[in-house]
Amino acid sequence: MKWHRVQAILIRHLYLYQRSIPRLMDIFYWPVMELLLWGFLTRYLEKAGLGGVNIVTILLGALVFWDLLSQGQRAVSIAFLEDVWERNLLNIFVTPLRVSEFLLSTVLLGLIRIVLAGAVISILAYLLYQFNIFTFGFYLVPFVLSILLFGWALGLFTTGIILRFGSSAQVLAFGFIFLIQPFSAVFYPVSALPQSLQYVAYILPSTWVFEGMRRVVATGSLSLPHLGMAFVLNFIYLGLVFWFFYAMFSRVKEKGLLLKLD
Amino acid sequence: MGWINESIVKVKKLVKKFDRTVKVVDNISFEIERGKITGLLGPNGAGKTTTIQMMLDLITPTSGSIKIFGKNVAQNREEVLSRVNFSSPYVNLPYNLKVWENLSTFARLYNVPNPRQKVEELAEFFDIKELLPKITSSLSTGQLTRVNLAKALLNDPELLLLDEPTSSLDPDVADRVRKLLLQIQKDRGVTILYTSHNMAEIEELCTRVIFLNKGKITDDGAPRQLVRKYGRKDLNDVFIAIARGE
Ligand SMILES: Nc1ncnc2c1ncn2[C@@H]1O[C@H](COP(=O)(O)OP(=O)(O)O)[C@@H](O)[C@H]1O
Ligand SMILES: [Mg+2]
Repeated sequence: MKWHRVQAILIRHLYLYQRSIPRLMDIFYWPVMELLLWGFLTRYLEKAGLGGVNIVTILLGALVFWDLLSQGQRAVSIAFLEDVWERNLLNIFVTPLRVSEFLLSTVLLGLIRIVLAGAVISILAYLLYQFNIFTFGFYLVPFVLSILLFGWALGLFTTGIILRFGSSAQVLAFGFIFLIQPFSAVFYPVSALPQSLQYVAYILPSTWVFEGMRRVVATGSLSLPHLGMAFVLNFIYLGLVFWFFYAMFSRVKEKGLLLKLD
Repeated sequence: MGWINESIVKVKKLVKKFDRTVKVVDNISFEIERGKITGLLGPNGAGKTTTIQMMLDLITPTSGSIKIFGKNVAQNREEVLSRVNFSSPYVNLPYNLKVWENLSTFARLYNVPNPRQKVEELAEFFDIKELLPKITSSLSTGQLTRVNLAKALLNDPELLLLDEPTSSLDPDVADRVRKLLLQIQKDRGVTILYTSHNMAEIEELCTRVIFLNKGKITDDGAPRQLVRKYGRKDLNDVFIAIARGE
């Protein structure tokens, strides 16, 4: 692993972001719109006396976490798609750059996007709805980390699919995450799902994060089993996804698709 | 003077099948001498691009071996690729970036010691200095070709693989590019493997050509030699003769 190469790819993306309004909007627009939507809804629920005491914390907290997941995934997929769109992939892999360095740079780009988006929506949530993300205290940190890991795993997975099947599969890059959402118990507990779907829910690390997060809100203490399950599952998924990506990459080299990808 | 004739590339019994049946590259072996410009010729679909991509470890060969600088490419990818470069109009530089941003990105990827100076030096050489602050997508084809070539020289490659670099250029710009390539080869002793469908161009540049047809090497030699051997008036007629199997 050579840092100068990771840095090169990362800086190349930052060049692009610094003057691309659509790309900046991609970071901020959706999270802010969702925040407004859910923020006003929770306001309404509160006023109508429909919600419990913690409804704001739970819904807005879920929203922030969900955005972290989706930003993590999108950042990785989009960073890769940029090179596909610009037919630059071949140029990049004609340099000594390794696949692992390429992936690390997209992950770091994801981290930058998340810090930016996270900061903006946390501040807005506080200003508009007096929602303080630090309600979760330091318990927040391991859960955030866990949700990011899962976001990257999802991002690498969709990237592998696009690599293999071309950018006609790019709808996946944007849509795949919504397949996960209903089963991840984002806005409601797992118990709200039918029994058979609960099994699906429990094999997703995201479920354990969202359940764990609600636990923190309800009890004020950290549930280690939830956190532990989330991390164990994350490492399993990340392992599988890395294996998958390398398998796709070597398949693509065999089929000579690196040049034909578009 | 042994080192002058040193082979920089050794390809042995190289085979590529994309599906199980058709051999797109069919058991070819060749060597390339250091410091020379060698032409890789053949009709469309002959397997030139596939061969070049295998030399760059972008396509995995079905069988056979490729050694560059005496090293197996796939097993020494990082080392070999740091001393090789490639350029072709079918590969783009990111078009949303400014030219200097692109060049400095690749300079970083190659860990060029003094990237700014290197970019400026190459910009001077290829006469693209005034293009550096422009967005890449705003350049003309001729300008892009020169930027691409500048990219391909960032790491001072010992071996340069050029796949139809002049294919989309007007005769004037193509001529300038050829002059630049000859100068690079003379000044820096770069070894160049070159594909083109313009036989006059090949005659001007290459001291040796390898003819590829349907994945097989059908001939190999100095352009003048081949013209004599086939009893034709120029390399263009030789090309047609070989392509039609006459
Ligand atoms: N990725 C691929 N999958 C299947 N067939 C391919 C692929 N790439 C090239 N081919 C086929 O291999 C043959 C050689 O192609 P190519 O190496 O591009 O030839 P050239 O560069 O000499 O024109 C052609 O028949 C082409 O259709
Ligand atoms: Mg070709």
